[in-house]
Amino acid sequence: MNDPDEKQYLFDNPRNVSRLLGGFYVVCAFLFVLDFILHRHVAITWEALAGFYALFGFVACVALVLIAKEMRKVVMRKEEYYDVDE
Amino acid sequence: MWMSDLPPFIPFFIAALLVLFTRGWLRGLIVLATPVLGGLHLWLDVTPGINSTFSILEFELSIMRTDRLSLLFGYLFHIAAFIAAIFALHVRDTTQYVSALLYAGSALGAVFAGDLITLFIFWELLAVTSVFLIWARRSERAIRSGIRYLVFQVTSGVLLLAGALVHYSETGSLTFEYIGLEGISGWLIFLAFGIKCAFPFLHNWLTDAYPEATPTGTVYLSAFTTKVAVYALARGFPGTELLVYIGAIMTCFPIFYAVIENDLRRVLAYSMINQVGFMVCGVGIGTALALNGAVSHAFNDVLFKGLLFMTMGAVLYRTGNINGSDLGGLYKTMPKTAMLCIVGASSISAFPLFSGFVSKSMVMTAMIEEGYDYLWLMLLFASAGVFHHAGIKIPYFAFFHHDSGIRTKEAPLNMLIAMGIAAVLCVFIGSQPQYLYSLLPWEVDYWPYDTTHVLAQLQLLFFSALAFVWLNKQGLYPPELHSINIDAEWLYRKLLPKSAHALNSSIQEVSHDVTDAVIRSFKQGGQTLSGSRLGRFHLAINWPTGSMVLWIAIILGFFLLADVIH
Repeated sequence: MNDPDEKQYLFDNPRNVSRLLGGFYVVCAFLFVLDFILHRHVAITWEALAGFYALFGFVACVALVLIAKEMRKVVMRKEEYYDVDE
Repeated sequence: MWMSDLPPFIPFFIAALLVLFTRGWLRGLIVLATPVLGGLHLWLDVTPGINSTFSILEFELSIMRTDRLSLLFGYLFHIAAFIAAIFALHVRDTTQYVSALLYAGSALGAVFAGDLITLFIFWELLAVTSVFLIWARRSERAIRSGIRYLVFQVTSGVLLLAGALVHYSETGSLTFEYIGLEGISGWLIFLAFGIKCAFPFLHNWLTDAYPEATPTGTVYLSAFTTKVAVYALARGFPGTELLVYIGAIMTCFPIFYAVIENDLRRVLAYSMINQVGFMVCGVGIGTALALNGAVSHAFNDVLFKGLLFMTMGAVLYRTGNINGSDLGGLYKTMPKTAMLCIVGASSISAFPLFSGFVSKSMVMTAMIEEGYDYLWLMLLFASAGVFHHAGIKIPYFAFFHHDSGIRTKEAPLNMLIAMGIAAVLCVFIGSQPQYLYSLLPWEVDYWPYDTTHVLAQLQLLFFSALAFVWLNKQGLYPPELHSINIDAEWLYRKLLPKSAHALNSSIQEVSHDVTDAVIRSFKQGGQTLSGSRLGRFHLAINWPTGSMVLWIAIILGFFLLADVIH
């Protein structure tokens, strides 16, 4: 599959991946802290909660994925499901 | 250039005729020049307020009516047709050229239609011209899928016609203006628009057919049908509250399917329903800000969803595969396509400075203004979800993830140019939204870039991405599997055929039993008869002839009886 002589690409080096992730974590932390420094207008009471959008984004996506994963137990079928009579 | 009330569909229909007889560079020139000239004409010569009508029988039909709403969609469809034409320039298949031009023309015909009958004609033309882009794949699956697509689309047209006729008898007018949900005609037309708009339970034609079309065909398909439907809703049903709830459901349920779907073009099809959901919400809210949000989001969606479908089309074209489970690591050989895909993904996720941000935020703001707090929360959930399935999943599983070992070539030049134009437009509209805003049909005083919006959106998106990273590191992220997921289409693709099959076989069984019994009694009767004195007359000794005579007698008797009763 992988030719040993083949060119090394950007993410073949695990250090590049961890650099990218490291930078990403820093940005996340920075954005979270900004919530306490900058003033956000609040139109809905929930928004007033510090870090509302950050928490909501994280929780929403974890919930989305875990629910979708459970859904698989009910809805997942073989690729030929509609092509064959059972 | 030419007369200003020339309906914009006409150049496209003429071009469709011309590409039948031309080949090579000349044909390429025709498909590129048509949207450019048509678009320039629309931009420079055509103003709001045109209404060219003609009478047929007792009806007054309006084939070209312009206002700011129809013009906005007119510009959009010319841009979409131009980009898609570049993307498809390498194609040799005449069928696809002809149907693409007719399809784009029909979409233009529909948005400039001033009455319901003209709208109906183009509504049906949209269906029959676009299905060839699916059939052009020429696989058994595509052909079956195309037939199901056609059934839905034609049903939508029939409902529209029925609604239009009832509307005419109720009001005496066929003009396509505000309709609303009063009376049966309103509901019929609403349902017709709803099918094309992919309302829940009526949505599977989209997720079924779009991934089966040709790599270039899907780019056309994604641009026109649903956007014509959004246009029609914005004109016919603005402020219909039911739409807010329908739209909110549309934004939420498809993202669950998108997370577990393997076919990446089907992921985009689900994501399209999600995006149309935002537009439907905007139409339902019905304030100037919300309606502007809905139509500008339609405008942006054509560009970024088109871009994403183009990148996936390029992957399919180069690798012959579009399943997340089989792809990965393509950034090594298709780096430009990967970058363009990331631009599309950022736009659909509504990152600040990308196009989705400047239109979706209008709908979200309008939602808060009108007090739909809980539905706003649903839309916020959907916004985070979009980033998850379209923003991260699409580029990640196609271009990064583990190395699938596939080594291919970069997308052809024409595809790169088309994707490049779409990407530039996404960034341009996102960073300079005033130009798009100045085209919007309603008066707005709105500017998306303030600390609150930008910070909130960045936090939402970055922490959604953090959830993706965390789930992956924990091994909780569902792997891409060779599979399909059953959806509402199960009702007509499995339950209905199965029950019809069961019904059919039980009918056959019963009829078999009945025939058996009848034959047995006849045989017995025949035996008795031939054993009796009458048998000597040889009337029934030859069984088939005898039975035939008997049946004819029964049938004639039945007719006689029927006649008497009548």
